[in-house]
Amino acid sequence: MIDPFAPFVEFGFMRRALVGCLALSISAPPVGVFLMLRRMSLMSEAMSHAILPGAAVGFLVAGLSLPAMTLGGLVAGLAVALLAGLVTRSTVIREDASLAAFYLISLAAGVLLVSMRGSQIDLLHILFGTVLALDDPALLLLGGIATATLFGLALIYRPLVMECVDPLFLRTVSRSGGPVHYAFLGLVVMNLVGGFQALGTLLAVGLMLLPAIAARFWARGLGTLIPASMLIAVVASFSGLSLSYHLDLPTGPAIVLAAGALYLVSMLAGPRGGLLYRLVKPRHLEA
Amino acid sequence: MTARTPVAAGDIRLDGLTLGYDRHPAVHHLDGTIHRGDLLALVGPNGAGKSTLLKGLIGEIPSLDGQIHRGMPARTLAYLPQADEIDRSFPLSVLDLASMGLWRRSGAWRSLLGHRGAVLKALDAVGLSGFEARPIGTLSGGQFQRALFARLILQDAQVLLLDEPFTGVDARTTADLIALIRTWHVEGRTIVAALHDLAQVRAYFPKTLLLAREPVAWGATASVLSPQNLARATRLSEAWDEDAAICAHDHAQVAPAPDGSGHDDGHDHTHGHHHRPAPPEQHETAA
Repeated sequence: MIDPFAPFVEFGFMRRALVGCLALSISAPPVGVFLMLRRMSLMSEAMSHAILPGAAVGFLVAGLSLPAMTLGGLVAGLAVALLAGLVTRSTVIREDASLAAFYLISLAAGVLLVSMRGSQIDLLHILFGTVLALDDPALLLLGGIATATLFGLALIYRPLVMECVDPLFLRTVSRSGGPVHYAFLGLVVMNLVGGFQALGTLLAVGLMLLPAIAARFWARGLGTLIPASMLIAVVASFSGLSLSYHLDLPTGPAIVLAAGALYLVSMLAGPRGGLLYRLVKPRHLEA
Repeated sequence: MTARTPVAAGDIRLDGLTLGYDRHPAVHHLDGTIHRGDLLALVGPNGAGKSTLLKGLIGEIPSLDGQIHRGMPARTLAYLPQADEIDRSFPLSVLDLASMGLWRRSGAWRSLLGHRGAVLKALDAVGLSGFEARPIGTLSGGQFQRALFARLILQDAQVLLLDEPFTGVDARTTADLIALIRTWHVEGRTIVAALHDLAQVRAYFPKTLLLAREPVAWGATASVLSPQNLARATRLSEAWDEDAAICAHDHAQVAPAPDGSGHDDGHDHTHGHHHRPAPPEQHETAA
């Protein structure tokens, strides 16, 4: 019998990895819930690519330094989000199209920068994360991102919900629509950069979206969706890390695959529109 | 157009107002005053500019030409969108949707608990008692419209702009909502509603603005809805003319359009004389 807790009891670096992933598990999924409800799920994928050149610049300047690459990613992601928003508001291009344009430019620049220096192994580090090498500053950063995300979401929660449901109404009663939208994009970028620390750019989106989408099969209201998504992310992080240790798998993909497995289970067994419930067809109510 | 006397408090005066998209006018040179306490029906064929005018009044669409003088802050106008402009798949309860109307009192952070009684009363007034916890996605078209009216009640605005409030709504709901509108009228609120049902307009709306991109008539409903005016409205609401000449209307700064080039094909400019300041009485009779 394999003890799932053994690696965390035994090794400090596994405990650090767990703490980092747990911090990410309570901050990224709520953001993912809003992305999913706004039908912007794939936007986070685009944003994660936009972060790459910033990380690459950090890498070129300071080598494989997490703080430098994080700062670079943050700057690049926010710049792309702001530019895309600006273009959307001042021209006829819709947000998804302008975002696609900027993230493609950004991604190409990133690949170019990475290939200018560094070996294939370095590139793999950037793409698949360095969760087993989280140092103190990196952990503090992840904790800080989680704290800022939860406070930020609490601050903009009401106007953000209104902006999702009826943006025109929010514009007629308040000027907060624009700032709230940008603040939300800022939270998305922040969490992607955090995920990039732990899971790498390619999989950073995984811990943000998979738990949120899986939660949709368990909960109906926003007040239950958000905690459910956090719980799923926590379970995925823990089991992913544990499995990666016991089976000697790369950690980033293991965590995202664990979240993916939870999604598949939710899709089959979830009480809110899950496949099994559809097949069983419970008898309809009287009214 | 120079501003004349300041607009009376509670009135909305339109001076040569032209609203549109991509330089093509959807509402063309509209002059007149919506007086405080008016119960005004906005009538016209599809594409006549009814929705455009309402969106212009709340400041959602910038004017191409002319001005709106509001005798109140723009954000104190309440606007009822067409139901399909709201994302009903968002997991929001009826109570939450109605509570959005409290924004000006609650803002982004203040508690809504103290207003619970008012929200329940508003839901009761629209016949939705017992529906508080229902997700908005499960409501029928009529029930959803009732919920939006509950939100309007809570907004407690002096001016209410309703865009096709009875489209897709059954007779009983329509009767209930018209009763509500008449209560608002008795309370002295200003109401402008875009409508299609002429019998309804004749029965309940003392004043009518007949629009066909250009104002056809504005005044007492009986005289505005004459067969001649209605026939003229149908004739005027022609298709968007891609090659329309620049409107040469008495604006010195605009180069005059070459004679006869596209300006005649259906683009009837007989309204030119309207640009002189119209005496207020004019609005009480058919223009």
